[in-house]
Amino acid sequence: MSIERALESLMGPLPDGVSEGIALGAGLAEGYDLYESPVGEVVVTFNPEGVSSLDLADDDFAGRFVERFGRRLLRAEPPRAWGRYISEAIEAGTPGRLPVDLRSVTPFREEVLRTTATIPKGEVRAYSWVAAEVHRPQAVRAVGSAVANNPIPLIIPCHRVVRSDGTVGKYSLGGPHNKRLLLAEEGADPNWLDLLAAEGVRMMGNKTTKIVCHPTCRHARSSKPENLVVFDSLETAEAAGYRPCSHCRPK
Amino acid sequence: MDEMGKALAADLDGFFPVLVDQIGRRLYWGLRRLCGDHQEAEDLTQETFIRAYRALSGYDSGRISSMTVEPWLWTIALNLGRNHLRDRSRRPTFVKLEERGREDPEPVDGAMWDRRLAHLNSHQKTAVVLRHVIGLGIGEIAEATGRPEGTVKADVHRGLNKLRELIEEEA
Repeated sequence: MSIERALESLMGPLPDGVSEGIALGAGLAEGYDLYESPVGEVVVTFNPEGVSSLDLADDDFAGRFVERFGRRLLRAEPPRAWGRYISEAIEAGTPGRLPVDLRSVTPFREEVLRTTATIPKGEVRAYSWVAAEVHRPQAVRAVGSAVANNPIPLIIPCHRVVRSDGTVGKYSLGGPHNKRLLLAEEGADPNWLDLLAAEGVRMMGNKTTKIVCHPTCRHARSSKPENLVVFDSLETAEAAGYRPCSHCRPK
Repeated sequence: MDEMGKALAADLDGFFPVLVDQIGRRLYWGLRRLCGDHQEAEDLTQETFIRAYRALSGYDSGRISSMTVEPWLWTIALNLGRNHLRDRSRRPTFVKLEERGREDPEPVDGAMWDRRLAHLNSHQKTAVVLRHVIGLGIGEIAEATGRPEGTVKADVHRGLNKLRELIEEEA
């Protein structure tokens, strides 16, 4: 056999997985992997920009993903640079060092979700608070739908956003009982929140510092019970000479 | 390949996977013969296409439709290959889970020819692999490597002569 003919035979098939790796790296498909969470096993999808969605790992997750995002889904390891932060972010209920890709939502919704991500673990805020934080105090309903359509629940902790009347409200990731479960696990007892809502308690002030907070703010919760005083609104508290807490920024 | 340029210009996301299907195998095996390593050839193939996709995303359709796509991909691949030699520790962004323990589809004589090809200088090796393993034309290789056609022809000729000598020595 001539050298030329021998050289022609030095190609085999393309190894498995190469074209999938290219699709993932180019962003033509999303990668996914499975993770444990307080609400059971979840699917996290990602691309080179960051984590793009989180959903319950049931039989239909792939169908829901394709319908919502219109992209292919391939099982893969997340990028090395930040893949190890995914479990950490689920555990903490905030992105932390993990990059999140919110290109699937509008800039307004992205701002709402990034604000939501700043709510500390164990604390809750109302939709109206988020609306005020993004400088759109009238847009409470739009904030509500942005939060309801959060593509990355748990990591962007939309379970920490409650109705403006103080009740716990709805939850997209498997229903409201999961929201209650997550809040209970984080130390924001949903039964206590319901009780406060029923009693009309929206704010809590500290008599000695004259500072008023959301009831779940860590400053309110570290106050001595005998120093606490309750209010039905920030306005009432301010009229009584209290100033808003700089940590929870009550509105 | 002009047809592929036009197709990519019309629908980049739709035809890019077709480009990978058509050229991916040729790119992988050419790189495999040039670097002699399965994992490295796989990394380089992925990285080449990912960079190509990013570049094409930024080009206007007139520029894409007038491209000769395969030589252009080879230019990217050969540049990446040179950088890889300097930094062998880097790896691509993604690794498929199924990759672990996956079979290496190397043809039977591959390792033997890689040992022979290692005796050629890098210009000769590139020219011989692109001409005779991949089957590119002299003009395409000249475009891919940025070297004149006459020089490429001489590289192929000298490379083949060197291989002939090596085989005679083996016998």
